[in-house]
Amino acid sequence: MLEANDLARYFDVSRPALQRLIAREPRRTLRAVDGVSFTIPKGQTLSLVGESGCGKSTVARLVVGLYPPSDGTVAFDNQPLSVARADPAQRQRMQMIFQDPYASLNPRWRVRDIIAEPIRAFKLVDGKDAILARVGQLLTQVGLAPADGEKFPHEFSGGQRQRISIARALSSNPEFLVCDEPTSALDVSVQAQILNLMKELQRSLGLTYLFISHNLAVVRQVSDRVGVMYLGRIVEQAPAETLFTTPRHPYTRALMEAIPDLDMTGRTRIPVGGEVPSPISPPSGCAFHPRCPLANDRCKAERPLAQPAGESLVACHAVEEGRG
Amino acid sequence: MTAPLLEVRNLRVEFHTRRGTLTALNDVSLTIAPGEVLGMVGESGAGKSMTGAAIIGLIEPPGRIAAGQVLLDGRRIDNLRYDQMRQVRGRQIGAIFQDPLTTLNPLYTVGRQLVETITTHLPLNPAQARKRAIEWLEMVGIPAAAQRIDSYPHEFSGGMRQRVVIALALCAEPRLIVADEPTTALDVSIQAQVIALLKRLAREKGTAMLLVTHDMGVIAETADRVAVMYAGRIAEIGPVRDIVKAPNHPYTAGLMASIPPLDRRVDKLAAIEGSMPRLSAIPPGCAYNPRCPRVFDRCVRERPDLLDAGTTRAACWLHAHG
Repeated sequence: MLEANDLARYFDVSRPALQRLIAREPRRTLRAVDGVSFTIPKGQTLSLVGESGCGKSTVARLVVGLYPPSDGTVAFDNQPLSVARADPAQRQRMQMIFQDPYASLNPRWRVRDIIAEPIRAFKLVDGKDAILARVGQLLTQVGLAPADGEKFPHEFSGGQRQRISIARALSSNPEFLVCDEPTSALDVSVQAQILNLMKELQRSLGLTYLFISHNLAVVRQVSDRVGVMYLGRIVEQAPAETLFTTPRHPYTRALMEAIPDLDMTGRTRIPVGGEVPSPISPPSGCAFHPRCPLANDRCKAERPLAQPAGESLVACHAVEEGRG
Repeated sequence: MTAPLLEVRNLRVEFHTRRGTLTALNDVSLTIAPGEVLGMVGESGAGKSMTGAAIIGLIEPPGRIAAGQVLLDGRRIDNLRYDQMRQVRGRQIGAIFQDPLTTLNPLYTVGRQLVETITTHLPLNPAQARKRAIEWLEMVGIPAAAQRIDSYPHEFSGGMRQRVVIALALCAEPRLIVADEPTTALDVSIQAQVIALLKRLAREKGTAMLLVTHDMGVIAETADRVAVMYAGRIAEIGPVRDIVKAPNHPYTAGLMASIPPLDRRVDKLAAIEGSMPRLSAIPPGCAYNPRCPRVFDRCVRERPDLLDAGTTRAACWLHAHG
């Protein structure tokens, strides 16, 4: 359904030209996404996980065309993304759900107008009554009542607003949904409702998801395949069960070790040392080497490429050499 | 049991608005012993941060403490004048907030902020205070502390900044720390480092801590006892192991069940239907009754107080005996 090949996105974060000239500074680029490849088969969910600044949200935006890529390609249903984006009939097949349901809904619009906007824009249904009927149907589908369409966003709780966002995304009958942290602004009991709803919709409508999250436990619940990102690259990619039962990359293992777990009451863990380096001046070789317990001279000098290891794709010299 | 360091008795916080009075906290009572970590969990708007703010005397108008008492070492601190409370804050109670960038003054070096706090509360001269500040920065794990002390907050990363905030909260050696979501703004790998640090310092110094967070994992690892808040009240309070593994309040049970497990995939997560009521629309009887799977007629009529439920205390009529 979707294929990303060596996708990259750089941002110019230089200071203004005059200041650069005075201070004799070079241009500075931030490599937010630096060579990311994946495919998502129809009806499946690929999740990208990683800490803040690893580039996962940038990938989400590249995939729906909100940013043009600096390098690499995205193919949607075997056609280049730029071609697909130019054609309304193709464009309506992809939609996005954002993190913050307080910021992504227009507070001055009634919910029915918010949900009807894509229907009107793509001219999917004709006539006021038919549109209203479709909106009612969508609201029912996400667990709200058709009468809720008359209300404004502020009358709803966070979880209900996220349901409205989902209804809006579904209104153009998409096949592919990009979900950027759809539950991280929600409380845990409500998060479970939204995750259940998304899984149900995937089953009934055959949706394909690209799911972006920093929460590994959430990712485990929804994914078929998972990519772990670190400083703009995918360091490990594997079927969800494989990744969680046999994590191979030292960073993946460190991430899992770092999560406080309910069963670990009173247990002391050994946290990973150090911090995520700046993507403006990433470390040489493998970006994880300053924090990695397995790093050696090769890791400092040479950037590891993704190699198959069992069912996984792992970018790590230590794993490749069997030092892991 | 040792005498509690902090005692909160029947605390009630109200907000007067044009549309009437909202009760943000209602009849909250708790104690924290020296060296003990009390976790406080709940959904947003449940009143957990409000409890922390009430204890350190930082409730802003139109909010006010309408009833109840806060006692530190048996002495009331909720009715102190502003300048008296300032002496208590910092010296007796240290505060750590969620966002390390807004806690620190961006215009002063980290060292100046630490030295100011130390000289205000401890009988040390500036040179001694600076030495003490460097020791604290080392203690919270800032490398090259003697050099970094003259850096400004923006020169530190998020995790390092939160360490500075922790040093700032601890440097006057308070006996109680109120930590409001201290790790929420941090990435998991940094979060683990900060939790380990807080735990170690609390143990070494015998400091009591109120740890407010929505992350049950953090609570499970750090707290000795837990209070679960719902709609401005404590729904259940008890030892962390019992709250997590064998909760007695249906809300706590629902909350625990809705946390996605990391070690397995479940087909359907156990969600609690609906959402927490707004403060302006708390239902009569038990506030949880519209969402409760075990609701019965008494829950709709009468509000339960905290009742003895064996290992924990739960505000639920299921535990009414006789």
